[in-house]
Amino acid sequence: METLTQEKLAEKFQAKIDADIKIEPNDWMPETYRKTLIRQISQHAHSEIVGMLPEGNWITRAPSLRRKAVLLAKVQDEAGHGLYLYSATETLGVSREETIDDLHSGKMKYSSIFNYPTLSWADMGAIGWLVDGAAIMNQVALCRTSYGPYARAMVKICKEESFHQRQGYEIMSTLMNGTEAQREMAQDAMNRFWWPSLMMFGPSDAESKHTEQSMRWRIKRHTNDELRQSFVDASVPQAELIGLKIPDPNLKWNEARGHYDFGAIDWEEFWQVVGGNGPCNKERIEARVKAKVEGEWVREAAMAYAKKHKS
Amino acid sequence: MSTNEWPLWEVFIRSKQGLNHKHVGSLRAPDAEMAMQNARDVYTRRSEGISIWVVQSALITASDPADSEAYFEPSDSKVYRHPTFYDLPDGIEHM
Amino acid sequence: MEHTYKFLSRIGDDSLILGQRLAELCGHGPILEEDIALTNISLDLIGQATNIYTYAAQLEGKGRDADALAFLRLEHQYLNAILVEQPNGNFADTLVRQFFFDVYRKLLFEQLLTSTDKQIAAIAEKSLKETRYHLKHSSEWVIRLGDGTEQSKERAQFAILDLWRYTDELFYMDETEIQLAKAGVIPNLKDLKPLWMEQVLSVLNLATLTLPENQGFFGAGRQGRHSEHMGFLLAQLQYMQRVYPNMQW
Repeated sequence: METLTQEKLAEKFQAKIDADIKIEPNDWMPETYRKTLIRQISQHAHSEIVGMLPEGNWITRAPSLRRKAVLLAKVQDEAGHGLYLYSATETLGVSREETIDDLHSGKMKYSSIFNYPTLSWADMGAIGWLVDGAAIMNQVALCRTSYGPYARAMVKICKEESFHQRQGYEIMSTLMNGTEAQREMAQDAMNRFWWPSLMMFGPSDAESKHTEQSMRWRIKRHTNDELRQSFVDASVPQAELIGLKIPDPNLKWNEARGHYDFGAIDWEEFWQVVGGNGPCNKERIEARVKAKVEGEWVREAAMAYAKKHKS
Repeated sequence: MSTNEWPLWEVFIRSKQGLNHKHVGSLRAPDAEMAMQNARDVYTRRSEGISIWVVQSALITASDPADSEAYFEPSDSKVYRHPTFYDLPDGIEHM
Repeated sequence: MEHTYKFLSRIGDDSLILGQRLAELCGHGPILEEDIALTNISLDLIGQATNIYTYAAQLEGKGRDADALAFLRLEHQYLNAILVEQPNGNFADTLVRQFFFDVYRKLLFEQLLTSTDKQIAAIAEKSLKETRYHLKHSSEWVIRLGDGTEQSKERAQFAILDLWRYTDELFYMDETEIQLAKAGVIPNLKDLKPLWMEQVLSVLNLATLTLPENQGFFGAGRQGRHSEHMGFLLAQLQYMQRVYPNMQW
């Protein structure tokens, strides 16, 4: 049996990628590809889990039985999505616990949108509509990502995701069709979540270090700016339909480009929040660390029982 | 890696109208009973008429990928190279 | 009808308040898989509450809906057993509370399948499947906590010590239950207690846990007299509807 050189292996690997053949767990892959994926998929998983907190916040205060149930179901879905993604990460040779320890120590990140507080019921609408809307744009693209387990997890997630955005938009729509107090609540939530939602697509292409390599390996299928533009184009008409104002004085339809022009993102805020200085970074991580530490005795008890009763 | 990390299980589901079990992903559970319950919660949302198989990941034997030239040691292996699938002798805690 | 309405309030409030307690745990479970399991149970209970309140509101005939019953009553008008309003505490407290409740609910719904009230029978049939899963889940955990480590056993034992006193209220019967039992709408709840004891004991034995001795029973939630916890719980539950009254959500 001929031993292939690293070069030959890398060539065959890239040929697979170029032919849109999925890379599977036991296939040869460049170490950087593996490491990039571990980072990207784990951070995606961490985002789903941390994302449960700002919304979970409002379950006990949901204003109707139906809203309570729908919000519970949504947050539960997010837990499930986190689980699918951890499951995909583990196929790359790292354990879930390791990646969670990295999250807690700050080595790994999660989507910075979840570092913003949820201050009113309308925030549930804003998050479902804008935040999940932004996530969906990313996710649909990822359904064609090169790594098999990641792509399959994304397909499952996308299937379940559609109701999340709809229910968020429905909340906003109901509020905008309601009383003055409700309209004010909705507009206020919009004002606070619009720019952070745009920031979800990451730094501009010029500032994004990893994009080129990720594109070549088809881990990423569209650039940050491309997705951000699509998001703005889709969201503006949705906002206008229900009478919400976008908090951007520079927003304008550009006939020549066929897209909306929009104002400059506050990159200072972006890097501060990503770097740990956002409104809720500390609380989010503390909550996750607490859950892990306080859950240790439970996990230990279950293992002890299993060992005692091994058949 | 703590010794209390629950083992990894692979989950296979055959839907109500399905002909065979499909691999849907993995989860962490301390034993088979809890793995089954968790699988039902996570992968079926408790739909009726679904058949679930759960197997400890480390107990599955997998064949080589089709591209067998990529390995100079062709042999049946694990489903994927996971740190917990390989028993370390006692005393080696960090590897 | 008045009696049926009152009974529905009692079991509806049990569902809502326990569902509310479990919802507090979202995102804070000891492991992701348990977060999913507990929110699933919460979701089931909120669903059961909705079905029960919908029927109750219909019977009441005052033009109120399920939300009005859930969110706009006064504290003394909620008739849940005070077991379900107890705080979540640690994982052992949560699961022991759940276990005591699940055994009772399963027995109750099994009997309600043959209620002379067809709506109640339908609600019971729908809820029983879910309750069976809840009971399986909580039983398996009580066993693992009891027969796990020294620490988990201690915590489980403390949980039993704390919560045992509230369990008798689950079988409380006043004129409402007496009349409904006579009419075949519900079973005689006192008859359920020995069955409940039997099932609880069999799981506790497997869990190597024991029951407290010489501990009195306590609780008047069924009559609207709650523990101090209820006020705070309702403050959260009712907040939106109280602060933004008469609006659509």
